[in-house]
Amino acid sequence: MRDFWFEMKEGLFIALRALRSNKVRATLTMLGIIIGITSVVLMTTAIKGIDGAFQKGISALGSDVLYIDKFAWFGNRDYWKMRNRRNLTMDDYTRFKGLAKLPKAFAPVLRSRKTIKFGDKNVEGVILIGSTSDYVATTNFTFNLGRFFSQTESKSARDVVVLGSEVAKKIFPRGNALDKKIKIGNHNFKVIGVLAEQGSFILGSFNPDNQVFLPIGSIFKYYLNRSRGSITINIRAQNPAMVDDTKAEAIGVMRKVRGLKYDEEDDFAVNQQEGLMNNFNSIVGVIQIAGLFITGLALFVGAIGIMNIMFVSVKERTKEIGLRKAIGAKKRTILGQFILESSVICLFGGLIGLLLAVILSMVIDQFLPTSVQYSAVIIAIVISLITGVVAGFAPAYTAAKMDPVTALRYE
Amino acid sequence: MNIIKIEHIAKIYHLGSEEVHALADISLNIDKNEYVAIMGPSGSGKSTLMNMIGCLDTPTSGIYEFTGKNVSDMSDNELAKIRNKEIGFVFQTFNLLARSDALHNVELPLIYAGISSHERKERAEKVLVDVGLGDRIHHKPNELSGGQRQRVAIARALVSHPSIMLADEPTGNLDSKTGEGIMTLFNELHEKGNTIILVTHEGYIADHAVRIIRLKDGLIESDEIVEKRFIPNNKKVLES
Repeated sequence: MRDFWFEMKEGLFIALRALRSNKVRATLTMLGIIIGITSVVLMTTAIKGIDGAFQKGISALGSDVLYIDKFAWFGNRDYWKMRNRRNLTMDDYTRFKGLAKLPKAFAPVLRSRKTIKFGDKNVEGVILIGSTSDYVATTNFTFNLGRFFSQTESKSARDVVVLGSEVAKKIFPRGNALDKKIKIGNHNFKVIGVLAEQGSFILGSFNPDNQVFLPIGSIFKYYLNRSRGSITINIRAQNPAMVDDTKAEAIGVMRKVRGLKYDEEDDFAVNQQEGLMNNFNSIVGVIQIAGLFITGLALFVGAIGIMNIMFVSVKERTKEIGLRKAIGAKKRTILGQFILESSVICLFGGLIGLLLAVILSMVIDQFLPTSVQYSAVIIAIVISLITGVVAGFAPAYTAAKMDPVTALRYE
Repeated sequence: MNIIKIEHIAKIYHLGSEEVHALADISLNIDKNEYVAIMGPSGSGKSTLMNMIGCLDTPTSGIYEFTGKNVSDMSDNELAKIRNKEIGFVFQTFNLLARSDALHNVELPLIYAGISSHERKERAEKVLVDVGLGDRIHHKPNELSGGQRQRVAIARALVSHPSIMLADEPTGNLDSKTGEGIMTLFNELHEKGNTIILVTHEGYIADHAVRIIRLKDGLIESDEIVEKRFIPNNKKVLES
């Protein structure tokens, strides 16, 4: 055992010296491992970031909210069929609200898209969410400033607006937005509230941060003819465990509201976040598989590079191997020495890759909040060591089984 | 007691379909504190015999006993252990590690013997002083002359207190004056009680030895004690 540690220490010493005297060669060889490890760490970091952003976004929407819509959000194979469905109207909403017993909160939602102006500031394509004062009860919104619109304001379709945090930031980069008059399309609205940051960019147009909220009546009044817009009915279950029951009830009630016969298909869809989640997970899955493939390829190429250079190194040092054997190095000593050398190269490469990944993740962090995970660090180190051992084994074995007489005679 | 006892050993190499009888039938004994030169033209089998004696190779047939232990059927690891503890090699081309200083080169056998770094340093320094390199301990091979390199190699061979020192053409890469210095060192080591086996084809080098064994075609041609042994006038170890 003691011999073993001395041999390992000597092996490490030899490996470091060999690296030092072949800096350029070692660096070039490491490149494959560096790229491999950087991509492993960056990928796990990015996925972690995306996942975090998504979870945050999802929780802003509330996991117990159902969205009754003309269109199904996912699996929209029958787009043309859905397009020809009757619109969901405010009457449908009122009747639904009267019949459904399970939901804790109801809100009709009408979406539109307009340009917002304030002074010389101009934000295009902002998503307008028209709803009632009940809307806030179907979300987990928190406020930075002010409040949501009241029942009176919503019923009488006042010209008031609540801004999502990103929108507020764009229009009022460093000012108090409250009570300011902004122009949505051609109409003035008074800002009565600004939301705290809720979701994340990953939700796109579903992200409340990029939306503004106004009474549904105002949307009908200024931007959309009452007959043209199809609303969405947001309902919230009492608790997450009741989501399925609430959904079943919603389907039954909606069929009644829409006057469907027993043999007619639903002409609406009850959507929920689960769909969003499944969709997201399958996208992340694809990213993961692609990332794994690229990473694996990079590491494989790196490992071959290491193996190649180790074969060269063994060949170059044939005489040295002969000498070491002559003065008492055992097979396993030589084997260990060269495996150690390739592991040291890989470990160095891995650490450089890790460093690179940490720097790059700081860049990524600017637009996707994330950080390198401890687990990724450990994985990187373990992977580089394994690569070193695997890539170094064949060359080391060649060295170990050399005949000392032949090796000493080698020129 | 015999350190080396060789009985009818033969070594046959296979080069393709051809059989090469490098050693045909060799028997010899070497005692403690002998100074033996093995001579012979190239192809006579002297290198093969040296490899055999040095436990770098095992015979095809016959018995080789080293300090009473049968080496003929030892495993690679057992042979490595014997080489490490019992045999000090000195090569024609020195075979020093180019990137290590003299001290580390001399320490090397002790590392494989599992000796602690403190004791290693002490012993290596002592033998380097003994071979006249006390002021060159931290020089790398490329900062040393040929003679000094060979002295480092000799120090490396001595450091593990081996039973025999095995030198293969130790002066082959040195000029004659430097070579003489090295041979003087061998004479001194012999006088201190070391067992030395030289392999050479130069008569004047072999003349330093007490016993000369001549090989031809894998057989011993002659084995004789030298009557008039050559002793250099200047017995002081020459700084080469």
